[in-house]
Amino acid sequence: MSIAPYVPIAGLLVLGALFALFSCTIAPLVGPKRFNKAKLEAYECGIEPAPVPAGRFPIRFYLTAMLFIVFDIEIIFLYPWAVSFDMLGTFGFVEMLLFIVTVFIAYAYVWRRGGLDWD
Amino acid sequence: MNPVLAADITLPHINYGAIAPILILLGMACVGVLAEAFLPRTLRYPVQVLVSLVAQVAGLATIIGLALSNYAKKPTLTAGDALAVDGPGLFLQGAVLVLGIVATLLIAERSVERGGAFVAQAAVTAGSEADAEQARRQPSQTEIFPLSLFALGGMMLFVSANDLLTMFVALEVFSLPLYLMCALARRRRLLSQEAAVKYFLLGAFSSAFFVYGIAMLYGFAGSVKFHDIAVAAISSGKSDLLMFIGLAMLAIGLLFKAAAVPFHVWTPDVYQGAPTPVTALMASCTKVAAFGGILRIFYVAFLDSRWDWRPVIGVIAVLTMVIGAILAVTQTDIKRLLAYSSIANAGYVLTGVLAMQKDGISSSLFYLVTYGFTVLAAFGLVTLVRDQDGEATHLSRWAGLGRKAPVLAGVFTFLMLSFAGIPLTSGFTGKFAVFSAALGGGQTTLVIFGVLSSVLLAFPYLRVVVLMYLQEPAADAPTVAVPGALTSAALAIGAIVTLLLGVWPSVLLDVANSAAQFVG
Repeated sequence: MSIAPYVPIAGLLVLGALFALFSCTIAPLVGPKRFNKAKLEAYECGIEPAPVPAGRFPIRFYLTAMLFIVFDIEIIFLYPWAVSFDMLGTFGFVEMLLFIVTVFIAYAYVWRRGGLDWD
Repeated sequence: MNPVLAADITLPHINYGAIAPILILLGMACVGVLAEAFLPRTLRYPVQVLVSLVAQVAGLATIIGLALSNYAKKPTLTAGDALAVDGPGLFLQGAVLVLGIVATLLIAERSVERGGAFVAQAAVTAGSEADAEQARRQPSQTEIFPLSLFALGGMMLFVSANDLLTMFVALEVFSLPLYLMCALARRRRLLSQEAAVKYFLLGAFSSAFFVYGIAMLYGFAGSVKFHDIAVAAISSGKSDLLMFIGLAMLAIGLLFKAAAVPFHVWTPDVYQGAPTPVTALMASCTKVAAFGGILRIFYVAFLDSRWDWRPVIGVIAVLTMVIGAILAVTQTDIKRLLAYSSIANAGYVLTGVLAMQKDGISSSLFYLVTYGFTVLAAFGLVTLVRDQDGEATHLSRWAGLGRKAPVLAGVFTFLMLSFAGIPLTSGFTGKFAVFSAALGGGQTTLVIFGVLSSVLLAFPYLRVVVLMYLQEPAADAPTVAVPGALTSAALAIGAIVTLLLGVWPSVLLDVANSAAQFVG
C-alpha cells in the first residue's frame, strides 16, 4: 500500500486549517465591533436550545434503571446460549445455570433489602 | 443449523482444581450477599466475619496445596488458556490473601469505634434527620465483607489472567467494590464520598485506556492472548506502531492502579478520604494485584520488545520515586504522607520489575509482600489515634505521642524505620532485593535515583518520629484508643512480619525465587 494517493487529501487538510486560522484571526482584527442582543441568539437555527434540565426526578428510578441493566445483560447472554444450546450441551447448561444463580443471588439481595418496593 | 457456526464452538476445558482459590473467594462472596439478604441484623456481623475469614483461609490453604502439588514447577493454562496457574500467579494470589486476611481484621474491628469505621447507610444525606437517627443507633455495616471478598477474588483473577479480556474483566471485578468501599466512612463522610467519586471517575477513565489498548493489540496480533502477542511481536511483519500504542495504553491503565507518577493524582485524596481500613486494603492488596498484572504483561507478552519500551517505563519509575518522595516531604497529614510514600514505593517495585530477568520477578514479589505488611500495620495504627471527631490524622496532633502512648509510638517508629529502609527491617531487605536485581539487569540509573529518593523519603518518616518523641503534647492532644483483639492481631502480624523478613528474608525470598517463572 502506498500513501501517495492520500497526499492531496493531506494538502487539503492543511489548506483548510490555514484558511480557518486566517479567517478567525483576521476577522476580529479588521471587523467593526457593534454589540446587540440579537447577536447572542442562535442564528436562523430554529428554536432556542433549552438549557433548563427536565427537573428533578425520584431517585427510585435510578434503582429501576440499574436492575434493568442487570436483566438486560442476562438476556444478552441467554439469547445466544439458547440459539446454540444443542451444540453447547451439558457444559453450557451447567455454566448458564451457574450464571443465572449468581444473578438471582443479587436479585434476592435487592428483594430482601426493599429494592423492589416503590415506597 | 449453520455448520460453519457448529465447527467454531470448541468447549473450553476447565481445570476446576487449579482455579479453586478464585472460585472459593467469589463463591463465598455470594454466600456473604445471601447472608446479608436473609439473616437478621444482629447475626450478620459474626456470620460475615466468619464467612470472610473462612473463605480467605480456605483459599490460602488451597493455594498452598496447589503450590506443593507442583503447579509452580509444572504450570498449566486452563479455561481455554484464559487463566494461568503458575508460580508467580500462585505467589501473588497467596500474597493477596495473606494481606487480605490482615486487612479484614482491621475492617472487622468494632470496638475502637462503636459500630465500626463504616456507616451502615452511606446514601443517607450527611447531616439530615435520618443521619442523626443513624448516628444515634449506630448500626453496624456488614456489606463491606462481601464487597471485600469480591475485590480480593477479582485481584486473584487479575494476577492469573492470561489474556487481555479476562484481565480487563478482573480489573473491573476488583475495582468496582473498591470504589464503593471508599465511600463508606462513618466520620468525614463527605470527604469519603468525594474520594469515592474521584476514584471512580479516574478509574473509569483509566479502564477506558486499558480497553482501547486491548483493541490496538488485537489489531496488531489478531488475538488477545499474551502468548500470541509475544509471538506476533517477533514474527508478524506488521509495523510495531500498533503494538506500542496498545502497550502504552495498557500501561496507563495498569500504572494508574499501581499509583505511578504521572497517573498518581488520585492516590492522596482517595487514601485520605477512604475509611482507614479500606485504605490499608488498597495500599497493600491493590498494589500487589496491579504489579501482578504489570509483571505478567511485561514478562509474558512484551519480553522480546523490552529494548524499545524499557526506557519509557524507566522514566516513569524515576518520576514515581522522585516525585513521590519530594511530595511526601511536604505533607502535614499522616494518611497523605503514607499515600505519597506508597507512590514512591510503587517506583521501587517498578525498578525491580524493569530488571527484566528472573530475580526481577522474585524481588518484586518479595518487595510487594514486605511493603504490604508494613503499610497494613501503619494504617492500623492510624486508626487508633483519635479525638472526639474520629481519627486525628494531622501531623501536629501526633506531637508528643511518644510520652502518652509509648507502645504505639514505639511500633510506629519501627514501621517508619522500615519504610525508611533501615537494616533489620523488611524495608531494607526489600529495597536491597529490588535494587540488586535492577543492577543485575543493567538499570544502574534507576538504582541511583532509587537510593537518592529513599534517602530523601527517610526525612518525612523520621520527622514523624521526632514529632512523637521530642515535642510536647498539646493540651487537647488526641487519645490513643485501646485496640480491640482484631486490630491488635493485625498490628502484631504486620510488625512481626516486618521484623521477621528484616532479619530472615530468605524464608520468603526462597519461595519467591522458586515461584519466579511465568508460563508463556
